[in-house]
Amino acid sequence: MVTITGVIPRPSTYTGLWSWLTTVDHKRIGALYGISAFFFFIVGGIEAGIMRLQLITSDNSLVSADWFNAMFTMHGTTMIFMVIMPFGATFFNFLIPLMIGARDVAFPRLNAFSYWTFLFGALLMHAGFLIGQVPDAGWFSYANLTAAPFSVGKGLDFWALSLQVLGVASLAAGFNFVVTIINMRAPGMSLMRMPVFVWMTLVTSILLVLAFPIITVALIELTADRQFGANFFNTAAGGDPILWQHLFWLFGHPEVYILILPAMGVVSEIIPTFSRKPLFGYPVIVFSGIVIAIMSWAVWSHHMFTVGLGPIANSVFTITTMLIAVPTGVKIFNWIGTMWKGSIDLRTPMLMAIGFVSLFIVGGLSGVSHAVSPSDFQQQDTYYIVAHIHYVLFGGAIFGIFAGIYYWYPKITGKMYNELLGKIHFWLMFIGMNLTFFPMHYAGLNGMPRRIYTYAEGFGWEGMNLLATIGYFVIVISLLIFIHNFFRSIKKGEEAGHDPWDAPTLEWSISSPPPVYNFAEVPVVRGQDAYWITKREAAARGETVPAEPHVDPTTIHLPSPSYWPLITSFGVVWIAGGLLIDVGWDYIRFPISFVGGIITILGVIGWSLEPPAEEHHEAAGGHH
Amino acid sequence: MAHADTTHAPPAHPPAHEEETTTGINHRKLLMWVFLGSDCLFFGSLIATYMVYRGQSIVGPYPRDIIDVPITTVSTFVLLMSSFTMVMGVAAARSGNQKRLIQWLVLTIILGGTFIGFQVYEFNLFRVEGLRYETNLFSSTFFTLTGFHGAHVTLGLFWLACLAIMAARNPAGRPSDLDVDIAGLYWHFVDIVWIVIFTLLYLIGGFDGPPEAGHAAVQGWNWVTGLIS
Repeated sequence: MVTITGVIPRPSTYTGLWSWLTTVDHKRIGALYGISAFFFFIVGGIEAGIMRLQLITSDNSLVSADWFNAMFTMHGTTMIFMVIMPFGATFFNFLIPLMIGARDVAFPRLNAFSYWTFLFGALLMHAGFLIGQVPDAGWFSYANLTAAPFSVGKGLDFWALSLQVLGVASLAAGFNFVVTIINMRAPGMSLMRMPVFVWMTLVTSILLVLAFPIITVALIELTADRQFGANFFNTAAGGDPILWQHLFWLFGHPEVYILILPAMGVVSEIIPTFSRKPLFGYPVIVFSGIVIAIMSWAVWSHHMFTVGLGPIANSVFTITTMLIAVPTGVKIFNWIGTMWKGSIDLRTPMLMAIGFVSLFIVGGLSGVSHAVSPSDFQQQDTYYIVAHIHYVLFGGAIFGIFAGIYYWYPKITGKMYNELLGKIHFWLMFIGMNLTFFPMHYAGLNGMPRRIYTYAEGFGWEGMNLLATIGYFVIVISLLIFIHNFFRSIKKGEEAGHDPWDAPTLEWSISSPPPVYNFAEVPVVRGQDAYWITKREAAARGETVPAEPHVDPTTIHLPSPSYWPLITSFGVVWIAGGLLIDVGWDYIRFPISFVGGIITILGVIGWSLEPPAEEHHEAAGGHH
Repeated sequence: MAHADTTHAPPAHPPAHEEETTTGINHRKLLMWVFLGSDCLFFGSLIATYMVYRGQSIVGPYPRDIIDVPITTVSTFVLLMSSFTMVMGVAAARSGNQKRLIQWLVLTIILGGTFIGFQVYEFNLFRVEGLRYETNLFSSTFFTLTGFHGAHVTLGLFWLACLAIMAARNPAGRPSDLDVDIAGLYWHFVDIVWIVIFTLLYLIGGFDGPPEAGHAAVQGWNWVTGLIS
């Protein structure tokens, strides 16, 4: 009935290029996400460097104003959608099935689809560089600057359509992780026994599936305006540019918590491990995360205080914004409470986690200062805002991500990183970060607007900008040390063992790196910090708990690899890419885009007709 | 079991097509529910856009010039009836009656297809009467919202057709009643969205003209702000 083109023979699944292109293994997909995100981290970092070099002194002429516009647009877009979010997906993918004792995610092929769609979308966004059509309207691309008469060329089309593709990837991943966490927990792992990282992933995924449709609609409207002559943001036809701001920030503020909650989850795993104490106030941390997620829907207009929404709207959003600081502050007290009287071990992951907490406090405080709408009138569109966002997203999210990379490095690679180099990385990055972004508070309060490509002398901004540029290079040096440490330790690092940190969660109960099947036998959970309980009970009997012994992977049923996610992703990005084709006759873009639709449909049909793994496996004579 | 916390349970042997889940709800069915939650926000944003721009078009044709409530009432009735036939299809699948299932699926497809036929007719009529996508705010918001709804219905028609073909070709057990159940969830959701669209765009917004100071929405807003200030 059906050709079995989608299934490649089992022996070829563990090695070679095709095994990576067709993989549905959550650990491999996590690794792919991580490599891609780090690549774009370098790209976004170079863009930041170009801006910092341009602003190093007054009246500098390293780049043109247009190029500077492209740089800050792509820096923001890249760091948010192609670095921090996929780094979050890296940890979700690698860790969630391991932490909940599952064999894979609920929909392994959908997971592969998410990754490929993300990668193709990110590449499409950057393809604009090749033909000199780079988005340049800022990462939130306010209407009606983005209307066709004011943003000529294809830059904004690249932005809108690529972001749409990235949205498809995020939505697919969000669906997958909601179902995985709700439905695939090991026996005994009730919701309130889940590790906090799993909780924060669940909350983040729910925010993803609810927030992304809003930006999808906003981008559809922008695309319709630019490609099909619609009037959504066309003021001449009565359209209202403020609608874009409402839609964008109604998505955009939950998005902020999509960026930070995974980092909070990572830190909530690391601090108890290195304090040798269970997390202080576990239920409170969980509920704070949920409250943050709910309240993130009620604060979006604090991005719009100077728009002129009126005193009532500004007062309401001032109050809600101050209220959302409460659950965030509660979490910070919980982390401090966890460390209190703990036996603190200042390894690199712990340093990074403490760096996260302290820098996030600074970002949170400046956040509260512009939650006050009269004060925000002074700060709007100044470098004070730039300082704030970088304290929460670099000091917060990126420090959380590096904390996670160091913490799970031994689990992912099986090797131990170099502790000294790790500490040097932390201190240089911590100093560089503060050197770069702390002076921006002063530059901003002294009136320096964000997004200017140069400034005249005499405003007193040179010193602050020089410090910031020096700080940038300190961060670059710290990252070079990280890269060196990362690759050298993979080759020459000592064997880490399965549980180097004496950690509380299930992923440490299996060997490092984890076998392809994760758990040979499904673990049974009888409390929070499940693996700690196991080890403590064994220690009381004078025993130690070894890693779960390996078994022959062919005896365990695993989802088969598939071509279809890759093909379907390719079709999706073709739909978007086709609309960007410009070869004289304008309407050629519609049939070209249509071909992408056909590829997508064929991909979906092939996907759904692909025989389930069970049948293939049983046909091969195996059994589990 | 008594001596350690993470002692290992014997591996479960779930039946081939029904994995064991924590909640007892099938993965795919839960996925559909999460997707529908997401889709609520999608249509919610499109509807919000329409409502923000309601009565704001500065050139015609306006809704009152071309919206035909009676004819769309007929197409709405047709679509709602398709939800009834879908329910009967799900019931037939549950009782394992493959022949009845195919009959109800075909009926649902005919009703859904009729609805799409009405929509094509309506869109074409509007075009002839001078309402093109780029004409005014009403046309942009109307065609985008109802167009995406129509796309959802069309996707549902393909889906139901696939199920009907599967049922016709494999009398034994495919599609499973779960397959039909999930398609039914989607189909009912699309119907519910149409009820909202029909109420807001036709019954309430279908009589809008050009913007005016005495617009009900404007009056209502003035009344609210008057209360507060």
